[in-house]
Amino acid sequence: MAKITYIEHNGTNHTVDVQNGLTVMEGAVQNNIPGIDADCGGGMACATCHVYVKEDWFNKINKKSEGEDDMLDQAYEPKKNSRLSCQIIVSDDLEGLIVDMPEKQT
Amino acid sequence: MIKTDALIIGAGPTGLFTAHQLKLIGLDCEIVDNLDKIGGQCIELYPDKPIYDIPAVPECTGEELTNNLINQLKPFDINFHLSERVDEVKKNGDKWIVKTNKGTSFTTPNVIIAGGVGSFEPRKFSVEGHEKFENKSILYSIKDKNIFKGKTVSIFGGGDSALDWAVELSNNCNVNLIHRRDEFRGAQATVDKVHELAKSNKIKLFKKFQLKKLNGSSKIENIDIEDDDKQIKNLKTDYVLGFFGLIMQLGPIANWGLNIDKKTVEVDTEKFETNQKGIYAVGDICNYPGKLKLILSGFHEGALAARACFKLAKPNEKYRFEFTTSSKAIKNRLGVKSD
Repeated sequence: MAKITYIEHNGTNHTVDVQNGLTVMEGAVQNNIPGIDADCGGGMACATCHVYVKEDWFNKINKKSEGEDDMLDQAYEPKKNSRLSCQIIVSDDLEGLIVDMPEKQT
Repeated sequence: MIKTDALIIGAGPTGLFTAHQLKLIGLDCEIVDNLDKIGGQCIELYPDKPIYDIPAVPECTGEELTNNLINQLKPFDINFHLSERVDEVKKNGDKWIVKTNKGTSFTTPNVIIAGGVGSFEPRKFSVEGHEKFENKSILYSIKDKNIFKGKTVSIFGGGDSALDWAVELSNNCNVNLIHRRDEFRGAQATVDKVHELAKSNKIKLFKKFQLKKLNGSSKIENIDIEDDDKQIKNLKTDYVLGFFGLIMQLGPIANWGLNIDKKTVEVDTEKFETNQKGIYAVGDICNYPGKLKLILSGFHEGALAARACFKLAKPNEKYRFEFTTSSKAIKNRLGVKSD
């Protein structure tokens, strides 16, 4: 389990406990946190669960999956620290992870 | 005006199997889809990805599933209206009048929305003022490449569409190709060709840059692009082309007077009918307690919605439940021999 903070584009914070093994995307969807659409349901096929991972965390979490960058090309305002939240698996090591959400997903 | 027993919006797996169910019970139907091909998300998002939870099919890809569903429809004569988006659904007596963006119109007692997460639309630029130039100096698809002849064209994107057009247009225009990172994701041969053309200066490459600002009054005159280190370059350009793939938008469905919650349409679980009589929603786009977004659920929902359509399409006939294994009438419709 890890406490993860999701920050909406307008600054609203949501901190929730997410079970190990779930993805950061699922943590948001299951807790009804707005800002992550996840249209394809976690198939890495749509780029609508796009988040920005705070710099210090970016290098600590698992590396991007193969093809993730290709999908991120199609995300809304991708940046250097962009990730698809469906590709970040939650574990105890992610305790305190903070992700920022883009203004919108589509 | 096309008259039909049921109009299906969406040619994904759910729409296709719903069509099969309608034809099996003796109703006719037409299918509209905004994509230029049949298959919906299966074909657009994951044609090569294996699916493991289709009943009795241990493993198949999105493309294989689509092809199998198309094969299953072979006995039937069904009109597909591809590259058309349903814009309007209006009541007229006990019928619905449905109009597409290409001007096709239908009259039908039954409209089945099998629209997934909505229609696929090109992803657009997010910089300020992009709407103003859209369809004039900003384009997301190319209908007539001749309009670019001798002009400067700035192409954004790193996939096959962006690369293919960069190569093609470099024949007779000045091409800037701008991509947000170092690697392209197109076919290797095309990527090589782009690099070759960049070497001979036929294509100007700007990697790790993104669009920052559009400058111009009635049409674009020049643009600012920015790299990761906030360094800005100004490019003179006549056209800006964006190839960032497709996104799904609920679109006009939101305006048809349906109960919508979180981009899904509320239905009952007997007929999969919405709050509007004769409009049904099946597959990923429908919502009811316990809804699972699985392809197999879409098949079930379509089968029930098809039965509900019968009542409105043939009010003077009684629907009789029959099995494909034994029904003569069904076998006739399928064009197979009865025992």
